[in-house]
Amino acid sequence: MSDVLLTVRDLRAGYNDTEVLKGVSLTANRGEKIVIVGPSGSGKSTLLKCIPLLIKPWAGEIILEGTIVTHEPDNLRKIRSKIGFVFQQYTLFPHMTLLRNVALPLEISKGIQRREAEQKALSVLTRLGLGGLASKYPLELSGGQQQRGAIARALAIDPVLLLLDEPTSALDPELRYEVVETLYEIAKEGRSMMIVTHEIDFAEAAADRVVFIDDGIIVEEGDARQVLEHPKKDRTERFLRRLRAGMRK
Amino acid sequence: MEIERFLFEIIPYILEGIPVTLQLTIYSFALGLILGALLAAARVLARGPLSVISRVYIEFFRGTPLLVQIFFVYFGLPAIGIKLDAFTASVLAIGFNSAAYQAEIIRAAIKGIPEEQFLSAESLGMTTGQMYRFIVFPQAIRIATPALVNEFVALVKYTSLASIIGVAELFRKAEYMVAFTFRPEIYLFAAAIYLAICIPTSQLSKILEAKYAIPGYRRALV
Ligand SMILES: Nc1ncnc2c1ncn2[C@@H]1O[C@H](COP(=O)(O)OP(=O)(O)O)[C@@H](O)[C@H]1O
Ligand SMILES: [Mg+2]
Repeated sequence: MSDVLLTVRDLRAGYNDTEVLKGVSLTANRGEKIVIVGPSGSGKSTLLKCIPLLIKPWAGEIILEGTIVTHEPDNLRKIRSKIGFVFQQYTLFPHMTLLRNVALPLEISKGIQRREAEQKALSVLTRLGLGGLASKYPLELSGGQQQRGAIARALAIDPVLLLLDEPTSALDPELRYEVVETLYEIAKEGRSMMIVTHEIDFAEAAADRVVFIDDGIIVEEGDARQVLEHPKKDRTERFLRRLRAGMRK
Repeated sequence: MEIERFLFEIIPYILEGIPVTLQLTIYSFALGLILGALLAAARVLARGPLSVISRVYIEFFRGTPLLVQIFFVYFGLPAIGIKLDAFTASVLAIGFNSAAYQAEIIRAAIKGIPEEQFLSAESLGMTTGQMYRFIVFPQAIRIATPALVNEFVALVKYTSLASIIGVAELFRKAEYMVAFTFRPEIYLFAAAIYLAICIPTSQLSKILEAKYAIPGYRRALV
């Protein structure tokens, strides 16, 4: 039995008059790890932001656990707090300690008391090896630690779906490793995630499915190994070849 | 002029103007901060008429002389039945004027906050109110602190314009003494007092910055 978690149906979205997503349809099953790849400007971030309605789509539907997100603005906040989101950078709030960053969402959207929220926050941070940094402020941490902190915050709310938008792209190469390690750990825990990344090794080892987006449409999607090693479309192959060449440099 | 007269009559007389100058500054700054925050919120958050009104307000008060605004409040408002004493009229005019500048300072600070901060707050399920209260405003006020202190220092000097409608502040008192003694060097003395107020206040900016800075913020900028 495939347990559908998320359905994106014929999604169209853009900015001002420019259409960016030109009809995207996608299904994610519970527990599935989907990696999204595609050239810069192809609409990957826009797609991710549409899911918790951080951007209002022009047309189409987003259905999470049977709830049509695009039709229910009333409990939108509740739906949003079921989805974790990690951006390329600036996800953590710089004026709060790491502990407060993780605890605040628990207090605000889950209504947990401060003491309990901070205890829970600390246990999540500890689990990700950040326990010793709980009292630090984000800008006092390395870029890799900041991204791991952002992942910790997203996990603390125990989301049904974790969205990560190029979580390693803003980092120096030597800092990416620790973040990728964290991603592996989360992937192992069986959490549903959708991640835009060009860490091909991670995609090969941990993803169930790879989706290739170009120019606002899904060009190809399928089993991770198959898409990465034997892409069916020329566009996918060309993109992957360029990506691998770029990484070797 | 005998030294005694200078020391025991003229100086104390002028010094009496200091609390008036400070009150003018503090009241108009506070008025400007509250109104400025509202104007900034209207410009950033609102669409339609509220945003336009805020914009027109800011352009108007930044684009016309403060002196004209003071005259308008003091001499113009009585024509529509609002009669104010010179002190209140000055506080209102300078406060209204400063609001336009403070609104722009706060707006720039909000604009300086990365989009991801807003999106993160929303994605965590915060309401717009919570987002501004917990995420945007605390950061904006920290970013804006140095510029707001500058504005405060500017106001210390601008309050001297209130002398023109007869508020007995520092400069008015000095002017009066000059007229009385024909000793223009008294202006120098007045200038020294303004300096003595403004320099420490500017220094205060550094202390406030250190106290309220976002930890690591400076290092992140270099
Ligand atoms: N806030 C925005 N305003 C206007 N255009 C935008 C905005 N964000 C993204 N775009 C444009 O939309 C297109 C897709 O952007 P994005 O979804 O960020 O692509 P990707 O994440 O795949 O690089 C790009 O051409 C980009 O310039
Ligand atoms: Mg992107």
